[in-house]
Order: sequence, then structure tokens, then C-alpha cells
Amino acid sequence: MKQVIFRVLSNEKIAKDVYKMKLQGDCEGVACGQFVNLKLQNYYLRRPISVCEVEGDVLTIIYKVVGRGTEVMSRMQEGEDVDTLTVLGNGYDTSKSGDAPLLIGGGVGVPPMYQLAKDLKAEGKAVTVILGFNKAEEVFYEEEFKALGAEVYVATVDGSVGEKGFVTDVMKNLDSYTYIYTCGPEPMLKAVYNESKTSGQFSFEERMGCGFGACMGCSCKTKYGNKRICKDGPVLEKEEIIW
Amino acid sequence: MVNTKVNLSGLELSNPIIPASGTFGYGYEFAELYDINILGSFSFKGTTLEPRFGNPTPRIAETPSGMINAVGLQNPGIDKVISEELPKLKKCFNKKVVANISGFCIDEYVECCRKIDKEEQVGIIEVNISCPNVHGGGMALGTSPEMAAAVTKAVKEVTTKPVYMKLTPNVTDIASIAKACEEAGADGISLTNTFLGMRIDLRSKKPVLANKFGGFSGPAILPQALRLVYLVYEAVDIPIIGMGGVSTAEDVIEMMLAGATAVQVGAANLVDPYVCRDIIEALPAVMEKYGIKDLNDIIGGAH
Repeated sequence: MKQVIFRVLSNEKIAKDVYKMKLQGDCEGVACGQFVNLKLQNYYLRRPISVCEVEGDVLTIIYKVVGRGTEVMSRMQEGEDVDTLTVLGNGYDTSKSGDAPLLIGGGVGVPPMYQLAKDLKAEGKAVTVILGFNKAEEVFYEEEFKALGAEVYVATVDGSVGEKGFVTDVMKNLDSYTYIYTCGPEPMLKAVYNESKTSGQFSFEERMGCGFGACMGCSCKTKYGNKRICKDGPVLEKEEIIW
Repeated sequence: MVNTKVNLSGLELSNPIIPASGTFGYGYEFAELYDINILGSFSFKGTTLEPRFGNPTPRIAETPSGMINAVGLQNPGIDKVISEELPKLKKCFNKKVVANISGFCIDEYVECCRKIDKEEQVGIIEVNISCPNVHGGGMALGTSPEMAAAVTKAVKEVTTKPVYMKLTPNVTDIASIAKACEEAGADGISLTNTFLGMRIDLRSKKPVLANKFGGFSGPAILPQALRLVYLVYEAVDIPIIGMGGVSTAEDVIEMMLAGATAVQVGAANLVDPYVCRDIIEALPAVMEKYGIKDLNDIIGGAH
């Protein structure tokens, strides 16, 4: 963990209630699957947001406005400074992926898949991505994943884009993947867990106090013992998860 | 040169700053960021006889200028704390720690204190009779002068170390409880634990916390905590560790003027992991600004 004052380079709406913010500052050590914890003016607790992309000294995050904190974030302007705790959480381990990993992101679980896909492509792996959304106006980053050279499937619950249904409906028709990586709402994670034919890594979300392992606010039970989602997670191995 | 040294029942602290139990883990996360030996001491995560997972999540919610938590005393149990956490802690902290002990009945407190009493790293035992997030024991033992005295008396019989009773603010007359602890042999009083509170989610229309209620802390409670420290200072002659909403060197001085000999910093650690370091660094200049040469001169100065 370290504290970095990032400067907002841009902050734009990319889908319904979903914003993309680029931040400039010290990104050393930031890895895919990790998160950053932002201090917002007039709010006490920091806001944990997953890392979407790291490139040099530019960090990209994508967040959905779900409450007052993220609403404040959506109004932040270019040039503003953000007190940030960074290099938080364990992140994804790409060494276990095999040659053809399958990445499954749902809603704002999509962003962490992006840096992961980049890293896996850089390691020469054949990456397949399933992006799940409720409807067309919520869809984002389909083209960005395609531009990385990944095979991309989109599923929407109402069928307005891509396959009609859930990410698991796409998964059913895929059988050559070697490993899965996923992030999304818990019901989706559970469905993916039940549908998956291989081992994998699952990224969880929880309300956090500190975000760095001090307060025990986000603990969960696993087959390997009690874990803190913020410090020992957010990524858990399939084999350790207790639903 | 100003003097920041204070003394808690014979334990000399280089400064009065003590991270509060439950906001500093066992210190390692913070030792990655700065040399935690600059702290006066620190109070480790509340420990019970048996390991505990604590309450279901969500355990945390934000409030205006603060937060509520219902962690529910998650800890690995006293034996593991002694065999694993204390040796690990020794590598990053060479001062004496405050051992925060919790329980569900008097026997459990006694057994924990008996075990921790042998540990050389422990300078003070802080007996938590104020956890708002567990059912049975915890806060229940801290809401009546008779029960508080009974716990105090029982643990004093099995320990040679100074015993500080950590009190809950969720009572009608905190001074009478502090007084009862003093009469039962307590070496000091630690206050205040968190205030009971809740938040309700507008979408689900249900309590945010799985436990429904939680302990409210953060800058919002500073004035309430100051008042309670002030009241307890008038009731007892033993030292007070004051806490509640402290986030700056100015808050520390205010807490000491109310009657605290040392000051714990809680929720602020979770938001700004460097806060204790920053307070310690700022303290001498803030003392000079207010014409304070020795912190010992201001303890209870507001009375």
C-alpha cells in the first residue's frame, strides 16, 4: 500500500451511470485485479474502486454511480487532486491461466478484466472475454477488448445487444477454456462458479472500512480460513470459496 | 523543547498517542508505511478466549463525519495471539503494547487476563466491557456499576499488570461506573468506546449493517467523548486514556484538557493510515502555539 495524490486527467460518462476516470500519478506496483481507495471531499470513508488499466503514470478506473460518494466522483473535474491509497488487494495471478483463459465480467465487474486481458495477451495467451450487462445502454468496453485481440462475447439480459441472457448462457457453449477469471455481482459469481468446468479466480466486493486489512470490516469465511476481502482478496481461488 | 512524555501507571510513553483497539490490527499493515515505534504504544485488536469470526457482513457503513461498525470482535483467540501475533509484532514494535481483552462472562475475562499477564510485551491490559456489537457479555458487563466492578475485581486478582477498564458511552451515568471500577481496583479508565447507531439503506429500505446496529465513531463523536472524559475525570483519581473522534494534535490537547493522560486514535487510522504519525509530528508545534511546555501540565486543565 502507498498513498498517492493523483491528478484527474479526464472523467467522462461511457454508459448509463458509468464513468471512466483517468488519473495521473505514481502507479508503480499497481497490478491487475487490485483496487484503489479514494478520499472524497466531505465524505469520511474512502471509496474502493477497481483498477481498469495502468499505463505508465496513468491509472484508469471505471465506476458506476450507485450512491452519494460515486455521485460526487462523477462531478470531479480535470485538474483536481485525489488523495488515494493504492496498490491494494492481492490481484489476479496470471501464472495459473493456461493457454486459453476465459474472462467473465458483469456490469462494473468488467473494468478489472481489462488490465487482466492486456496482461494475459502480453503473455501470449488466447483470451476469451464474456461481458454481461442488463441492457444496451449499460454496455461499455466491447470495442476496447476487441482491440486487444481478445475474442469477445456480450450478453444482455434483455437481448438488446449480443446474446440474450446471462454470461453463463454464453459460457455453456464454450468448452475449450483452460481457466476462468471473473468479477461481478455475487449472484453472477455464484452462477459462474457452478457453470465453470475449470479452476479459476473470483473477485469479490464488500463494504470496507479501511481497505488495507486493519479493521476486519470486510471479512469472509473461506475453506482456507477467514480472509479479509481488502487484503487477502479481493480475488479468491475457486477451491476456497464458501457460498 | 517541549515535553510530550506521559506516564500511565508506571508505563512511560514517549508521547500520549495510542492507536485504538480494532483500528490498528496487530500493527503490521501500518509498520509497512512508517516506523510504528514512534507511537506512545498501541492497543491491539480486541481478543477473546476462543477464536471468533464476528458478525456477518456488511459490518461497516459511513455516517456524516464518521462511520458505524459491527465487526463483532473478530480475532484468532488469546492462544494464537500469544503464540503467533505477539512474536510477529515484536519484529516491528519494540515498545510495550496495550492488550485489549474482551469476553462474554467474567470467567472468560479472567482466563484471558491470566494468559496475557505472562507476556512481557504487554504493558497494560485494557479490559473491554463495552463492545456494542456482541450479544451477551461485551457491553452488557459495562452498563452497571456492580457488573463493571465484578469484572475489575476478578481480573485484578489474576494479573500483575496495570488494568484499564474500557467503558461504553451507552449508559446513563458513566461516572458511577468509572467510580465502581476504581473502587474495585482498576488502575485506570479507558473511554469511550463507540456510541450505538444505525443506517438504513434507501433502496432495500432495511438496515445497512447485517447486525442492524453498530458502534458509531469518527470526528462526529469528539464533543460527546470530551464530555464523558471530563465527567469521569471529576469522578476518579486514576489515569484516563481518552478517545473518541480524535484526528488531530489539537484534538489530543483538547482530550488531555478534559482529563486524559494518554489519548487513543481510532477511526481516523482507517481513513488516513498515517494519521498517528502526523499527529505525533505536529504535536510539539501545536503545543508551542498554545504555550504548553509539558503535556503533564494540561491533564484535566479544563476543570
